[in-house]
Amino acid sequence: MLSFVAQRVLKGVIVLLAIVVLNFFLIRLAPGDPAIVMAGEAGASDQVFVKQLREKFGLDKPLPEQLFIYVKGVVTLDLGFSFRQQAPVAKLIGERLPATLLLTLTAFAISLTLGILFGTFAARFAGTFLDTAITVFALIFYAMPIFWVALMGILLFSVTMDWLPSFGYETVGANLTGLAHSVDVAKHLIMPAMTLGLFFMATYTRMTRASMLEVKRLDFVKTARAKGLSDAVIQRRHVLRNALLPVVTLAGVHSGTLIGGAVITETVFAWPGIGRLMYDALLQRDYNLLLGVFVICSAMVLTFNLITDLVYRLVDPRIEYAA
Amino acid sequence: MKQFWKSMLKSPSGVIGLVILLVAVSVAAFGPMLFPNSPWRMVQRPFLPPFTLSTVPLGTDALGRDIFAGMIFGARVSLLVGLVSTLVALIVGVPIGAMAGYFGGKVDDALMRFTEFFQTIPSFALAIVLVAILQPSIYSIVASIAVVSWPPVARLVRGEVLSLRTREYVQAAVVTGQSNSWIILREILPNALSPVIVLASLMVATAILLESSLSFLGLGDPNLISWGYMVGAGRTVIRQAWWITVFPGIAILISVLGLNLIGEGLNDALNPRLSREGR
Repeated sequence: MLSFVAQRVLKGVIVLLAIVVLNFFLIRLAPGDPAIVMAGEAGASDQVFVKQLREKFGLDKPLPEQLFIYVKGVVTLDLGFSFRQQAPVAKLIGERLPATLLLTLTAFAISLTLGILFGTFAARFAGTFLDTAITVFALIFYAMPIFWVALMGILLFSVTMDWLPSFGYETVGANLTGLAHSVDVAKHLIMPAMTLGLFFMATYTRMTRASMLEVKRLDFVKTARAKGLSDAVIQRRHVLRNALLPVVTLAGVHSGTLIGGAVITETVFAWPGIGRLMYDALLQRDYNLLLGVFVICSAMVLTFNLITDLVYRLVDPRIEYAA
Repeated sequence: MKQFWKSMLKSPSGVIGLVILLVAVSVAAFGPMLFPNSPWRMVQRPFLPPFTLSTVPLGTDALGRDIFAGMIFGARVSLLVGLVSTLVALIVGVPIGAMAGYFGGKVDDALMRFTEFFQTIPSFALAIVLVAILQPSIYSIVASIAVVSWPPVARLVRGEVLSLRTREYVQAAVVTGQSNSWIILREILPNALSPVIVLASLMVATAILLESSLSFLGLGDPNLISWGYMVGAGRTVIRQAWWITVFPGIAILISVLGLNLIGEGLNDALNPRLSREGR
């Protein structure tokens, strides 16, 4: 187990390094000389300043050396400087990361729980009205663009019903503390998390349903039934446990999509996470910040994939990991 | 072929999907001819509510532009981007997958590591970065959607080729001394086609969603109107004018739904063994 984890972590680090190298070349694809772009962003573009910037960021050195300097910087968590925001990129991301984690993890928990629940129901009552209703709803949610769901949520629950706040992380100027503050944040969290969760809920519902129907036909389920086990026990212990394997795999594959969805959700709801930061960077063409967020997103996805691999092993003890 | 249409028309999702796609394609193809209002021109007062004037059935946006015209012209962009980027993704993914599956060994290892690498990168974030750096245009959008959507194709094709490669008819072709490219193109790929077609129909749907999300964030082609752009433009005035965001969103929803249904119908028709029971 330990060597398996070590191996996976090593592989993740290698992939991350490759992404950092890719990032280095992407930033050089950006239009214009980086030093002049940076000088422009800093609001001063005289020759002396541009030359200083070139020296400071090693832009006067040969490309391989520049790459080395860049990779060394990222490894020591130096992601460059955002002239637009007048702060180091790493600091900006660090401030925003907790909000994004709160949002994505809540959305993930909601989607997985409800998705498995609905999928199980649909499979249990396959062919009935309940099954059809769940399947149709899942299909529709699966086809809705996230930004539109977000806006429809605002229209329904904020504008029309006035139940939930339509933007932000907490009520500005309320200065709440303790429990009242948590409740306030939770109120702000419900809509973004549900929005982000709906699409994935639909996916997990479909996957769970299909997978359960497939497992149900297998011989070991017949055996369990022949043994006289109750239907509930068979469903839970025999069918569901085996049917969850592809769902777990899918959850791992989806972590990247989840981050992408967070960019949109945070933008619509003005949620102060790294997704919103990415949008701001995009609007201001702040390439240092944009690519910094991109590297951190990739690191998050890699971490998430690693966790899924470990969970997979817990769910399915048959899998042996050759060291 | 006859058999295929028969089973395709037997599955309700396939039929509904085909009808939706047919409507969407005709709107994209003929709509602008029948309804030549430019989506960029001011035709009425701003914020005209829908269903008040028959010439502007769905109302106007914050600049007095016709929402209905925007939706018709937007259909072109959505369908075109969806289709072309999927084609490009297939052109990249199919050869990579076929080579990995056919040659195996080190070639397989190298190509699959490469594919996995692209699969690990968060796709939407990469698409945003690529379009932002290459500057928003229809070409950069198609290219970046293709870049993030080819890995599943490569993996699928590799799996298919891997299993077909050991079949006797392929072995026979090897023995008769056919060249590798002939065997891949003439013997293996035609038999690996059906799952690829199913995947491709779902990819068009995903590509439409991706394009609309990029346009929503302001990364659309500035010269072309698209559904995502319209929703994005109506976002700030949602409290005054709900219709600006609601209608284009419905258009996206219905097109994507139609393509997903076609995917399911194709799956039932082309892979009867894989189609799920209880439906």
